[in-house]
Amino acid sequence: MSNTVIKLKNLGKRYFIGSLKPRYKTLRDTITESLSIFNNIKKKTNNSKNESIWALKNISFEINKGDVLGIIGRNGAGKSTLLKILSRITEPTVGYAEIEGRVSSLLEIGIGFHPELTGRENIFLNGAILGMKKNEIKSKFDEIVDFAEIERFIDTPVKYYSSGMYVRLAFAVAAHLETDILLVDEILSVGDEAFQKKCLGKMQEVAGGGRTVLFVSHNMRTVGTLCNSCIRLEKGEIVDIGNTRDVINNYLKSFEISSEEDFISENKRINEYIQNDKVLRITRVSLKNSKGEKTKNLFFKEPFFLTIIFQIMQSTEGARIGIDLYTMDGVRISTSHHTDSGLEPLRLSEGFYSIQVKVKNNLNPGDYVLGVGAHDIKTKLGLEHIPRAILFSVNEFSNETHEMHDAWNAGYVQMETQWSEIKNISDS
Amino acid sequence: MHTIIKPSKGFNFYGFKYLWDYRDLFYFLTMRDIKVRYKQTILGGLWAIIQPFFTMVVFSLFFGKLAKVPSDGIPYPIFSFAALVPWTFFAQGLTNSSNSLVGSANLITKVYFPRIIIPLSSVVSGILDFIIAFTVLIGMMIFYGIYPTINIIWLPFLLLLAFITALGVGMWFSALNVEYRDVRYVVPFLIQIWLFATPIAYPSSLLSEPWRTLYGINPMVGVVEGFRWALLGTETAPGPIIIVSSLISFFILITGALYFNRMERTFADVV
Repeated sequence: MSNTVIKLKNLGKRYFIGSLKPRYKTLRDTITESLSIFNNIKKKTNNSKNESIWALKNISFEINKGDVLGIIGRNGAGKSTLLKILSRITEPTVGYAEIEGRVSSLLEIGIGFHPELTGRENIFLNGAILGMKKNEIKSKFDEIVDFAEIERFIDTPVKYYSSGMYVRLAFAVAAHLETDILLVDEILSVGDEAFQKKCLGKMQEVAGGGRTVLFVSHNMRTVGTLCNSCIRLEKGEIVDIGNTRDVINNYLKSFEISSEEDFISENKRINEYIQNDKVLRITRVSLKNSKGEKTKNLFFKEPFFLTIIFQIMQSTEGARIGIDLYTMDGVRISTSHHTDSGLEPLRLSEGFYSIQVKVKNNLNPGDYVLGVGAHDIKTKLGLEHIPRAILFSVNEFSNETHEMHDAWNAGYVQMETQWSEIKNISDS
Repeated sequence: MHTIIKPSKGFNFYGFKYLWDYRDLFYFLTMRDIKVRYKQTILGGLWAIIQPFFTMVVFSLFFGKLAKVPSDGIPYPIFSFAALVPWTFFAQGLTNSSNSLVGSANLITKVYFPRIIIPLSSVVSGILDFIIAFTVLIGMMIFYGIYPTINIIWLPFLLLLAFITALGVGMWFSALNVEYRDVRYVVPFLIQIWLFATPIAYPSSLLSEPWRTLYGINPMVGVVEGFRWALLGTETAPGPIIIVSSLISFFILITGALYFNRMERTFADVV
């Protein structure tokens, strides 16, 4: 056998929408279904091809020992389904996969944590759930506690933990898994920034340690740092495979094409951050330059206008519209809310509305992403979240003064600075 | 370790094959069930006694005193309590295991392990409660001056019979429950009927042969009559009943395991 540790051949997974949508059926449904002739006819038509979807289709690739493979793609592209098949949580419908070595899957951290159990008890329980042996956990125990920084609370039930402590402990257990192959799904976006750095460091250590890792993430920067190769899934199929940088760049470009229109399509919405989707929907976002022309290219220092059109579906008592500015690799540069200009939170009845925001542009030349969203400041629930609403670029020239951007002024934004006159201080 | 992942046809014994590898997980899940069961209750482990004990009090009052139900020449309270102790173990194991898979949906959809561990550990974790109730039973025997017969050596086997029955039915129901949530409502109802279909409040000696032996088709008849025979020395040895009960119980266990195995692969998609 060569160096190949994972080999997938024509793997596919089909879900019947019937079994997806009503989450479970009751005995009554089955009885009436099998009794009624009318339902039998309906069933026949229902079982046509339209009623099933292929969450994964024709997936074939190979991974060598020590490879760190990133899997990217939009929501519903099949990334998580792929990891679930490889970790044997669910079976494929067709095709097969061969795996050489012990596999652990980290689809979520803190699985099986019980609030009534102490930190110590949860480490053992969670470790065992992830596939560790009792002795393995014992030998790693001090390291785990140390990593999580919870020494003092190790014998306290985790229900008394702060959410930060909880997350740190959960990640710490996961980080100390020592299997040959690791399947990881978007778990680094936890905890505060310092802890995220620590997690990323740990992941780099793991990735560099000769182990094989499959890594699913929405964060292109993390994928870029960790992975040496990458595949991109779209609608269940592999559409791109190869060197991480190329795959990511192609992926980001695919957004630019779809951003030609301002309408917000369903696949741009990140539902994970929307706790209540029945109140507000942003339907359209458009960017205009200082002359009022629609564009995606701005001059250096050229202010721009963003028009957000939204629908209120349920009268609201305190919603707040916000915009986020991101770099292409997903680093958030800044956030602003409509209340920043002294406006009241939205108290609106059903209907369509629009709001405009003028942005003073102090961005350095480059490509940027604008996200829009809304949340309720009373209930603290996320109402809308579209992190990649508009992609735009800032070029090197200023349109008024025709001065060119000084390439020595690096970074994403120009600081607002005021330098003093030079004073000669040699004599004093 | 070499693993091949492909769509399975018919039965596969993956889960059973890997069961031994996952023994530590089984241990920790069982410990979790035990530790968590009476957390945040005032009476804690006392609940293990309260339930069978008060059922006994009620039975003694209504069946023993008022209805004058015969009790094979043994004081009625201990007659019913000796049956209620294994019954409670069975009923609790059945209830817990039936709901176990649905209750562990977050585990099932996020990580692989032999699914059978879940209903198994929820039946096993009832053993502690059984031991607590059993000590009370011994206390009562001393109080009534009843000493166990040599047949007490059969007790572990009888407990195993109750265990197998609970697990067998539990596997059926837990797997069915994943797809049909009706099961959740059926189980309490079924246990109530089963309680009265088992000679707990009355002796099986009310029936004449061959009906009494045939009564063993309900596996809990064998368990309950066996307990009385081994501990209290009721007269007729329930040998034939226990044989019938054991056969039925194994039948339920095997079919339960096969059905569970069949459904296992879709749990993560449906639960």
